Amino acid sequence: MFTSTMFASILPEILILVLAILILVIEPFWKEEKRRNVGWLTAGGLLAAMIVSLLFAQPGEPATTLGGMVRFDWLGFFFKMLFMFAGAATALLFMDNEKIGHRGEAYILLLASLLGMNLMAASADLVMLYLAIETTSIPLYVLSGFMLADNKSTESGFKYLLFGALASTIMLYGFSLVFGFTGTTNMYQLADMLKAGNLPLTTALGVLALILVGLGFKVSLVPFHFWAPDVYEGAPTPVSGFLSTASKAAGFAVLIRLFFVAFPDFAESWTLVLAVLSAITMTVGNLLTLQQTNIKRLLAYSSIAHAGYTLIGVVAFSKVHPEWSQLGAASVVFYLAAYIATNLLAFGIVMAFSRVTGLEDIKDYAGLSRRSPLLGLMMLAAFLSLAGMPPFGGFVAKVFVFAAGVQAGYVWLVIVGIINSIIGVYYYLNVLKFVYLYRMPNQDEEKHPVPLTRPYTIALVVLVLGVILIGTLFAPWFSWSDAAALTLF
Amino acid sequence: MNFPVLSVITFTPMVAALIILMMPAQRRNETRAVALAAATFALILSVWVYFSYDQAAAGYQFIEKYNWLPALGISLHFGVDGISAPLVLLTGVVMFTGVLISWGDEDPHVKAGIQDRPREFFAFLFLLAGGVFGVFVSLDLFMLFFFYEIAVFPMYLLIAIWGWVVTREYAAMKLTLYLFIGSVVSLVGALVMYWMQYKNTGILSFDMLVMENAGFSQAFQNAWFLPVFFGFAVLGGIWPFHNWSPDGHVAAPTAVSMFHAGVLMKLGAFAALRVGIMLLPEGAKHWSWVIMLCAGIAVVYGAYIAFVQTDMKYMIGFSSVSHMGLVMLGLSTLNQNGLTGAGVQMFSHGVMTALFFAVTGMIYDRAHTRMIPELGGMMKIMPFAGIGFIIGGLVSMGMPGFSGFVAEFPIFMGVWQSQWLVAVIASISIVITAAYIMMNIRKVFFAELPDKLEGHVGDVTVLDKVAIVTLCLLMVGIGLFPGLMVPMVQTGVENILRLLGGA
Repeated sequence: MFTSTMFASILPEILILVLAILILVIEPFWKEEKRRNVGWLTAGGLLAAMIVSLLFAQPGEPATTLGGMVRFDWLGFFFKMLFMFAGAATALLFMDNEKIGHRGEAYILLLASLLGMNLMAASADLVMLYLAIETTSIPLYVLSGFMLADNKSTESGFKYLLFGALASTIMLYGFSLVFGFTGTTNMYQLADMLKAGNLPLTTALGVLALILVGLGFKVSLVPFHFWAPDVYEGAPTPVSGFLSTASKAAGFAVLIRLFFVAFPDFAESWTLVLAVLSAITMTVGNLLTLQQTNIKRLLAYSSIAHAGYTLIGVVAFSKVHPEWSQLGAASVVFYLAAYIATNLLAFGIVMAFSRVTGLEDIKDYAGLSRRSPLLGLMMLAAFLSLAGMPPFGGFVAKVFVFAAGVQAGYVWLVIVGIINSIIGVYYYLNVLKFVYLYRMPNQDEEKHPVPLTRPYTIALVVLVLGVILIGTLFAPWFSWSDAAALTLF
Repeated sequence: MNFPVLSVITFTPMVAALIILMMPAQRRNETRAVALAAATFALILSVWVYFSYDQAAAGYQFIEKYNWLPALGISLHFGVDGISAPLVLLTGVVMFTGVLISWGDEDPHVKAGIQDRPREFFAFLFLLAGGVFGVFVSLDLFMLFFFYEIAVFPMYLLIAIWGWVVTREYAAMKLTLYLFIGSVVSLVGALVMYWMQYKNTGILSFDMLVMENAGFSQAFQNAWFLPVFFGFAVLGGIWPFHNWSPDGHVAAPTAVSMFHAGVLMKLGAFAALRVGIMLLPEGAKHWSWVIMLCAGIAVVYGAYIAFVQTDMKYMIGFSSVSHMGLVMLGLSTLNQNGLTGAGVQMFSHGVMTALFFAVTGMIYDRAHTRMIPELGGMMKIMPFAGIGFIIGGLVSMGMPGFSGFVAEFPIFMGVWQSQWLVAVIASISIVITAAYIMMNIRKVFFAELPDKLEGHVGDVTVLDKVAIVTLCLLMVGIGLFPGLMVPMVQTGVENILRLLGGA
């Protein structure tokens, strides 16, 4: 029987699928030079899908639908909206990249991967989860290697594929062990089966370690981060932006749900592991960022560091068991929302800049504020937000994560986080120094403007406003994050 | 509901910054006019707040409270007391004069003020000013941090972009890192306090008036007072974390030096008082000797280092360390005299240093050097600036009849009450200060004009004169009529003493 709840629980995915089919049908009829307009269609369609979902498919009481495959709750819904927003912004950023934006396939791959992400955030069953992860990953492998004529892009796609396939195999092995021990693949039933008495701690941690390899790869935790800089550097820039935001957030969505729902009894032990991983991830990510000269690699390493900060919230959430104060999870969700907007903005600016100049080194940004004051200001907003300065989203997000960490008693981890954000301030400001202080070799910035095309202007302005709104009027965002965290169980 | 004057003051500069950013870059004078209009508006409002503060009623006034994030107890809670009202006025004054000084002169020979990208300059400066106002009026710890950080990061850009070419990159980064490290250390302390309060009372609130009653244990206060206090005091230029400050002063453009020394350093002292001493009073009592020691060293050492400088800006920068040391010294006494003196000194020093930096900037813009040995005879060329500098010097020396005396005298009384030896040692600084100020005035303003400068140097602009007169009037006014400020500060001090359990 197909009830309305069932329908509502996958309404966003249905709409995405419809949109993808629509594009598939329409695109061949458009003339070659008009194909870029598929971007408008994708972005507009995603926006419409968001509005429709918000109107008709808001979750009520948490429910498990479709034979226990899909969980219909605020956590999943909030993430779905985030992903679709990121997808719409990415589609706009695609449009004026000639290598990918003028081909309909790129948009369809983007939508396919979005579909997978949405299901990742909502899946309540290990089998479903695995399928969702693959649905997300495979289109992204293709997108990373989309520029066939470009060696770096090909390398990027291939590297991502190899690492990704390996990681997901290991994770799948972990899933199969879980099934072997318990006889079920449903996460919400696993919680009852995986009581401390039923399973020795070492075994449970071993299984979790296997699963963590897969998820750690997705969210680029150290030591599973090696792929990230190369892939981000080689992939088309909007794809890198998408990889480093939506794809990472999807990994966290799974991490939160899987670990808290299915393995709460072993929380004491695995949170310690995650805390250590978080400290290492932040530190390694930041230290490696210090030496980067290519802006995409800088953003790649800094996004590793941001995964570390986010993990503080995850750790903090689990520790306060049995009260389950939800601040930890809420702060993770909030952090990801702020981070998605900020990092997409950063990559969008890189994209807009390299479209005109073809350059990607930090030193090429010298004089940007004179060449295009607007782009300079946007860069200021993006990088200060990444550095965690108000009134941008990054500040509030960081404070919430740190507050959750202190609450859970992880003061040492918060101190590590703070030392790391100081390093972060240093290298983010260093980039801004090029934008605002240094000049082009001949000091003739006026002759080298960086014009923005319409899709960029729209996407970037929306993202800047988002970053500022999250950072100032944070109450609504926080209460949504909070609601999302509450309905986890 | 009354007119929400404090939030209007706080957000005026920020809104103005947005408006300025949206203006076309070529419209330089219109940009400046908007900046001046906004600064004047903020000044008028802050004067109004200052004079309509009801001293008899004391306590926090002009209260505004909006729940910002009730789930975590974050509110936009504004209010001023006898300590912060003068500081709001100070910010208004420095903002107004800072804009006047930056207007400058487009004469190709002079190149005074800000001629490179004035639009961005004023926008960042006003963002900073908004942050400063926000800190002074916030009664919510979260919002205090929010505004504090807003006040810190534009400094980097302002110094790095418009600063003195030789040291600006180094100084800007050093300053930002020092201040950021200080503020995050305090932030950890604040978060720990927040959760400790939740544990003790079950209340989730960042409201400082609520946190005053959180019942922190003696051991907790002893453990966390120093990180919280020193985290903020870094911005107050306390020894041994003062090093960023003279470098920053020297590298910054004139208006930013004025803001930096005049207002930002007060921000550190103020937040250290508000969060450190007022929320952790027992810890303050326990550790007051450490603050007194560091402040005492800052006072004498700063004055001595200022004495040996040959660069005017370095000299004033180190004298700021010395004078801010007096503020910290006043805070460390935890008695009525010392705290009152500290409150007045914050205002007096703010106005005085702003004036010093303004005059130094005017000289530098015209003579292209700040080296004391290379200057001379400025009195003839720019008498207005000379007289301003002399008045500032008298304030700095603590001459009766000027605001410096009104501030320093109670500080020394308070220190004497609590530790006479420190008072004796710290008073050495007065002598050293008098020495370097007078030597500087003699050389720069009265000695022969060096041949190199003959004919190149012109007088200051009308706007510069307005700024000098404004600042001088304040210093003389408070010096002659201490009743304008001292009783008001005292009402704020009463509240602190209540928290300290004395009075």
